[in-house]
Amino acid sequence: MKTLEQLIAEQPLFADLGPDFQRLLAGCARNVRFSAGSYLFREGDPADSLYLLREGRVALEAAAPGRGALDFLSVGPGEIVGVSWLVPPYRWAWDARATTDTRGISFDATCVRAKCEADPALGYALMKRFLPVLLERLHAVRWQVLDVYGSAPES
Amino acid sequence: MAAGGAQRPDPLVPIPVTVRRRRRESPDTWSLQLECAGPWPPSLPGQFNMLYAPGVGEAAISISGEPGRNGLLMHTIRSVGAVSRALGDLRPGQQLGLRGPFGVGWPVGEEAEGRDVLLVAGGLGLAPLRPALRALLDRRRSLGALALVYGTRGPPDLLFRGELARWRRDRRLQCHVTVDQAGPEWQGEIGVVTRLLPRLVFRPGNALALLCGPEIMMRRTAAALRDQGVPESAIFLSMERNMKCALGQCGRCQFGPSLICRDGPVLRYDQVRPLLVVREI
Repeated sequence: MKTLEQLIAEQPLFADLGPDFQRLLAGCARNVRFSAGSYLFREGDPADSLYLLREGRVALEAAAPGRGALDFLSVGPGEIVGVSWLVPPYRWAWDARATTDTRGISFDATCVRAKCEADPALGYALMKRFLPVLLERLHAVRWQVLDVYGSAPES
Repeated sequence: MAAGGAQRPDPLVPIPVTVRRRRRESPDTWSLQLECAGPWPPSLPGQFNMLYAPGVGEAAISISGEPGRNGLLMHTIRSVGAVSRALGDLRPGQQLGLRGPFGVGWPVGEEAEGRDVLLVAGGLGLAPLRPALRALLDRRRSLGALALVYGTRGPPDLLFRGELARWRRDRRLQCHVTVDQAGPEWQGEIGVVTRLLPRLVFRPGNALALLCGPEIMMRRTAAALRDQGVPESAIFLSMERNMKCALGQCGRCQFGPSLICRDGPVLRYDQVRPLLVVREI
């Protein structure tokens, strides 16, 4: 059975982080499982965990009155589920639902943030890994908002 | 239609063809299977025909299915204006006019031998890529990896559902489908097509990428593939402009030094990349 440190080192997001930082992160980590249909978190809940998926798929969704739930992003193996744990006031902005049986690593966000405060090098190393994720999701959202697959008028 | 598939004497004159089958693909998109009195002129995946809705007008529509054993040619049409609506409304037994085929198709012949071929489709862009994928699957053993990434607005907008389900089960093909938005009943991927590219197993330096969809989607996909190591010269885009004569004479579809109807619609990314960000073109 692999240790959390080994599992963290296998994840592309943290693979080149180095053993010292991987060990620090492992001190905040635990294995988690979610069955299909269960929620990792709900909108407005404290964003007290960072979830990194190893297997399965999670949908980020918003509840809309009269329309049910609207899913706008799916997250799969090797990806993080949300980023609200990174920025005050540390509350989830959306619901996250496992669409399949899902396994991952959950990191205590308070623990990670405290270690980043104590060691800015770790904080910078993590920021360099999370910022591209944020930027990629921002670009994706803009693309989706533009509704590029909608009908263009006939010329 | 001229006998033996020879070029018609006047490519500006449509030939009458008959709708034999009509299938609803999505709320606003229809596939028509057409019959011709004589043999169809040979066409290549990626080429298009000019379809004439009698009394309404003409539009350039990509070939979404080359004639098979049943001899029917397929076009997939989204109703977005007067002509496409009139074409999509045609019922089996009704006639329309057809000129073509025109343009340069996808490089899926000898150029694809031994290569890892990636097809990335957005929305209706799956229609022109469908014949390319079918041709590639027919000679699957001569290729390296083969992948299809298909993105669209939502589950109701997915085209060719039966075939898509078969492609997803086909172990010879890496098939990924994603939508921009969905309800909780959708179990698949949600997000833009570029998010799925890192999951593909292929050799970037040996890849051949065929992209078709809205230009924003193609620009971002081409850039993402380039960042993954695919040479710009190995990325092909199917461009769309307002085509009129389809013969390279009227100039309506000019795109920089190219006329899309004659030099395209399939063009190489390294040749068009600087023009893709020029708004005046």
